[in-house]
Amino acid sequence: MTGKVIPVPTPETQRFWDGCADNELWIQHCDRCARHFFYPRPACPTCGSDVGVRWVCASGQATLYSYVISHRPAPGFEEETPYVIAVVELKEGPRMTTNLVGIDPEPSSLVLDMPLQVAFQPRGDMVLPVFGPSATACKA
Amino acid sequence: MRPGSVAIAGAAESEALGKVPGRSAIELAADSAHRALADCGLTIHDVDGIATAELASIDVAHYLGIEPTWIDGTSIGGCSFLVHVRHAAAAISAGLATTVLIAHGESGRSRVGQPPWPTDPANANGQFEAPFGVWGPPVCMTMPAVRYMHETGLTHEQLAYVAVAQRKWAALNPRAYMRDPISVDDVLNSRLIAYPFHLLECCLVTDGGGALVVTSAGRAADLRSRPVYVLGTGEACEAPIVSQMEDMTSSKAFRRSSELAFAAAGLQPSDIDHVMIYDAFAHLPIFGLEDCRFLKRGEAGAFIAEGNTEPGGKLPVNTNGGGLSYTHTGMYGMFAIQESVRQLRGQAPAQVPGVRTSFVQGVGGNFFMSAGSLILSNDRP
Repeated sequence: MTGKVIPVPTPETQRFWDGCADNELWIQHCDRCARHFFYPRPACPTCGSDVGVRWVCASGQATLYSYVISHRPAPGFEEETPYVIAVVELKEGPRMTTNLVGIDPEPSSLVLDMPLQVAFQPRGDMVLPVFGPSATACKA
Repeated sequence: MRPGSVAIAGAAESEALGKVPGRSAIELAADSAHRALADCGLTIHDVDGIATAELASIDVAHYLGIEPTWIDGTSIGGCSFLVHVRHAAAAISAGLATTVLIAHGESGRSRVGQPPWPTDPANANGQFEAPFGVWGPPVCMTMPAVRYMHETGLTHEQLAYVAVAQRKWAALNPRAYMRDPISVDDVLNSRLIAYPFHLLECCLVTDGGGALVVTSAGRAADLRSRPVYVLGTGEACEAPIVSQMEDMTSSKAFRRSSELAFAAAGLQPSDIDHVMIYDAFAHLPIFGLEDCRFLKRGEAGAFIAEGNTEPGGKLPVNTNGGGLSYTHTGMYGMFAIQESVRQLRGQAPAQVPGVRTSFVQGVGGNFFMSAGSLILSNDRP
């Protein structure tokens, strides 16, 4: 049995993963477009420029945009199936895929647009952002 | 390319379809290629262009004994073969090739000589989705459905009915893998794969192949089988990971590729007699009918549940039974095109009377990634 996938950072994503290791959710902001984006890239996907692209610590607040409840375990997920794979919309705008923690994997517990807060889980020598109902403060 | 200046002259599926443990993926492609060439009365020596996806173009060409001088390895998921038709039409129009063979073979079920599913923990999927248990199409292709249901009011029963409607077509098709009639209750009582999707709302996993021979309309007219003319084509892509889909209630790739195809053909959805929409999962025909402008947003669930797409309905959709009931090797797009060709030639097992135009919508790489569209006709404009 193989274990869960452990992400391998690349140079342009390293800041994001370093942030997770510090229990902070770092995303990018384009000052020219006045909008945040995710996943990490050197240039803004809206205007194409890297001028004015900077890293910011996100609030960690999000809402539930969509989800599936997987009954077919991915490698390493055998013990926790069924499990929720969710796409959340960060308060800052971008969406990301994640797992939900502290919420029953039942449709009745998964209300779209419900508020969520980032939390962090170790995975090998990495730390992953997950989301749940209870707050984990994002340091300034 | 002028509408109708290029044609599908030859088309065939592999002789065996479904469970074919005795044949490798490339063997299924080669079997299909020989049968498609025989269909139009050509041989390997007439082919000067080749297009394949997943299987390497050079591998397939050499296996067959073809020495192509036009090579297309575009591999963007199950819609690749629709995109190959578009590229081949452009190449033939530009004089870069005269006779293009598009070949697909996949041992999706038996995994004989089947290339492994590529995984990379450093790409966008590997860093930002796979760690969360995103593993294969059943959990990411399906992700938009709950959002779509929330925003449009699509019911679980309507989603289930997509599988029921398509099984009615499959029941008429001796080559369909699943042919026994099913009810909405059967679908909703089948085991959950990824909520809200039950087993019968997910595609089959089969072995098989298919091939097309594409050439100029002028040349096709002199060949053995009835030509199917290419009136319009489109291709588009959206995102490598599902979270980056702009709006989960609509596929941007569907919208863009189908707009290109309709514009090129100079036709509207109301001009189309027969529709194939790649149905890896039951929500895709719903998205396809709306994003390709056959229906308005939020209408497709009820439209299908009212029987409009099934045998005798006013807009026949997925008349081979689709990926849900006919076959789905992994890259189903080839089989959608094959059914379109059969319908336009009047040779389909569940033949729709009087089909003159057919629209094929392909999806690639987990829905949100890519799309291809074809508008085909048996009538040269």
